[in-house]
Amino acid sequence: MKPTDTTNPEYFHKVVDCQYACPAHTPVPEYIRLIAAQNYTAAYMVNWQSNVFPGVLGRTCDRPCEPACRRGRIEDEPVAICRLKRVAADNKKDVKSLMPDIPTEKNGKRIALIGAGPASLTVARDLMPLGYTIDLYDNQKAGGGMMRSQIPSFRLPETVLNEEVDYITDMGVNTHYDCYIDSLKGIVNQGYDAIFVGTGAPRGRDLSTLEGRAQGNSNIHIGIDWLSSVAFGHTEKIGKKVIVLGGGNTAMDCCRTSRRLGGKEVTVIVRSPFEEMKASPWEKEDAKHEGIPFLNNHVPMAFVCEAGKLVAMKFDKVEAHYDKDGNRKLVSTGETPILVECDDVLIAIGQQNSFTWIERDLGLEFNKWDMPVVDPVTFQSTLKQVFFGGDAAFGPENVITAVAQGHQAAVSIDHYCQGKDVAERLAPGTTLVSQKMGIHQWSFDSPVVNDVRYIVPQADISQTLKNRKIEVELGYSLDTALQEAQRCLNCDVQTVFTEKLCIECDACQDICPTDCITFTDKYEQDDLRQNLLAPANNLSQDLYVSEPLKTKRALVKDEDVCLHCGLCAERCPTAAWDMQKFIYNVSHATHATKAGA
Amino acid sequence: MSYLRPDFRHPNLPVNDIGFTKKDYEGSISTLCAGCGHDSISAGIIQACYDLSIEPHRVAKLSGIGCSSKTPTYFLGNSHGFNSVHGRMPSVATGANLANRDLIYIGVSGDGDTASIGFGQFGHVVRRNLNMLYMVENNGCYGLTKGQDSATSDTGSQSKKGAANPYEPIDLVSMALQLGATFVARSFSGDKDQLIPLIKAAIAHSGFAFIDVISPCVTFNNNPKSTKNYDYVREHIEATSTVDFVPMKQEITTSYQQGSSTEVTMHDGSVLRFNKLKQDWDPQDRFSAMAAVNDATQRGEILTGLLYVDPQSQDLHEIINTVRKPLNSLTEKDLCPGNVALEKINESLR
Repeated sequence: MKPTDTTNPEYFHKVVDCQYACPAHTPVPEYIRLIAAQNYTAAYMVNWQSNVFPGVLGRTCDRPCEPACRRGRIEDEPVAICRLKRVAADNKKDVKSLMPDIPTEKNGKRIALIGAGPASLTVARDLMPLGYTIDLYDNQKAGGGMMRSQIPSFRLPETVLNEEVDYITDMGVNTHYDCYIDSLKGIVNQGYDAIFVGTGAPRGRDLSTLEGRAQGNSNIHIGIDWLSSVAFGHTEKIGKKVIVLGGGNTAMDCCRTSRRLGGKEVTVIVRSPFEEMKASPWEKEDAKHEGIPFLNNHVPMAFVCEAGKLVAMKFDKVEAHYDKDGNRKLVSTGETPILVECDDVLIAIGQQNSFTWIERDLGLEFNKWDMPVVDPVTFQSTLKQVFFGGDAAFGPENVITAVAQGHQAAVSIDHYCQGKDVAERLAPGTTLVSQKMGIHQWSFDSPVVNDVRYIVPQADISQTLKNRKIEVELGYSLDTALQEAQRCLNCDVQTVFTEKLCIECDACQDICPTDCITFTDKYEQDDLRQNLLAPANNLSQDLYVSEPLKTKRALVKDEDVCLHCGLCAERCPTAAWDMQKFIYNVSHATHATKAGA
Repeated sequence: MSYLRPDFRHPNLPVNDIGFTKKDYEGSISTLCAGCGHDSISAGIIQACYDLSIEPHRVAKLSGIGCSSKTPTYFLGNSHGFNSVHGRMPSVATGANLANRDLIYIGVSGDGDTASIGFGQFGHVVRRNLNMLYMVENNGCYGLTKGQDSATSDTGSQSKKGAANPYEPIDLVSMALQLGATFVARSFSGDKDQLIPLIKAAIAHSGFAFIDVISPCVTFNNNPKSTKNYDYVREHIEATSTVDFVPMKQEITTSYQQGSSTEVTMHDGSVLRFNKLKQDWDPQDRFSAMAAVNDATQRGEILTGLLYVDPQSQDLHEIINTVRKPLNSLTEKDLCPGNVALEKINESLR
């Protein structure tokens, strides 16, 4: 293997697994250290800068960072990154003074944002400090999009959402709520300099062809529409026996909301095997905790109605079979169909985009799936002044992805309005700074604690099931948060090796607790990964290969299970190893935080 | 400064034949200077014991005083240990070995502990052929007392203080050969590929196995004009041979070209296979070993590798004909068999 080029910022970025996995690349270890230092405000602002909705995401994020967490590779559970984020949000001081200044003199460019969800709000957050005039349109009575209509209050209190939406709208965004845009042409004709479409994936899939669907209609609801109706107070109860169809997070929200609106026997029924359900493991766990059983391998056959009223559903019991390519086929077991009694059915089997409001003669191209043609880097459509982001761009994803796309779309819109190359992106802002304080002292907590993941306490179930607005999770206490924060391995404090200082005493190789370091003369061989002190079988993790040393060996470090404990650097007599903090910030349209945060 | 090593280890850490991982052979974290050669030697001992699948409770570590003698704390944390008086480790080892011949004895000493204050004891443990591995972690200076020249420092070598050593050095390998040691080797802490097989062979050897390991003192004796710094040693090292250690139970499958390799079968059935790099040298001929060492010294080179081995050596217990059973397990009944037995003995002498 060739010597590693650590001047490429992506090399060290990839070592910070959590940050690398996050669509918005939030500097996770940095804010966890700030939480440990009890500087919750600064921790919040590090988040806010990157992901715009720390309070919301600290409760509801899909957490792509956690499965990536290195801690999960050396023990059972990753660091509770998401819930630590909530600690920062819940315990920060007033941050209004840290919000960016908004120029009173505008730059003369007008932007329309369609939909007030996370993507649009991110665009507004990034462009307002630059002097843009922004009109925000949404059909709901307040901003937040699906964060307001689809995430139940027992997971995300309205106050938390309002606060973070207000930070943005208070920048002077012209909000047009309760305003459904039924024509893109109408907006285009208003002469905006740029238009951003962040309308999400607002249409829930239905089972319209299933027997009995029309007859039982008054007791059959589309999951996301029903959740929205509950959120806005239009629906206040549901029948005693409820079937929720679907295995995703919306299904989990539906079943748990049902339990709070009068559902006594709520059952989640999915087509697939249990392991293949799309819902996040913790959401499934929370649903089970509320006494909700899951039936898997049940394919809906019919809605059963008696006297014009829905009374049950019929299911075919199936088994999953896989061909040699791993494709799944659900095959009927041939057993007699299973009848499950019900008063109401909630269908939560997926969401779709809906662009009926976009005229097809505007010059905005649609592809064969009837989705707009959108550039994956710039988020620009084929109609040059129209940009897309969030679920509206490439179909249903999650809040953090919408935020990440909003940031990129904002860069493109700024470039477009200023006559620059829309595709141009500034390199990420990076710093790499030694953490050495003394001979064997680091400015980060290098010792690795053995604690297992701390459980987030929950409110008493007898209370939470009575009122859909009582938040179930209580959040970590500050003491527990500190302990959980200590579990973070500080993966952003990089092990940096300087060849010319090394005297090849092997001390680092001897001390490394996880056998990451090998001095070898076989560094040019193809099977290098098998010829290290411990085989480097995790191919998704890089090898750090040095230039050849004096004895014609090279240092090879497998990044996979490095604990970032700093022992290699402590045992190095010549400081050939150093622990250096690597900060990586994706460039945004503005650096929207004031100094001193 | 870290006083504890993290508990986590590589999740795919292999286990040896008796189900232990390398972690089971570790000790506490070293408090020696960063980069000390001694730590590499400790790592070598850990690796060798792991590879040989030795049960840690079957090992006794013994040492005297000095940086070297602190190291038993840093390996085999589950074994027996005795940190004795300066230069007196051989006596303690002899007593322990006589009491319980079933343990594996690893003595760790330094150049001061062996070539100065313990020089007398060293000579006698060699000539008694006590069954043990005796390692000298040789850095040519007194590291624990700020780096004064030791008795193994070469004439003219300069430590950090800058004064050239005016005295003749003691060459411990030559001493061991002279006094009748039955396994003599020299190695370098910075060359584990050579050191680890030597440690394994020394443990397998029945009798006194001596390894002189040059181990640079990074703090006081890693200067450009020292003859025991990392660079000097690497530049002047000359190996007698490469050594493979094949444990008894392992079937020999690789075949070597005729003439290039020599095999020696050890007392316990394991095999040492040399790939000779040096002509006119026979690992089983004490005088050719002494000549080879002298010849290298004359040329300013440091001869390393296995220098001499007598696979048929008789250890102290065999020499004095003790019983097979460890003496510490003999009960009063064994030792005082009673009047009838005494009468029998007396009768036989009449």
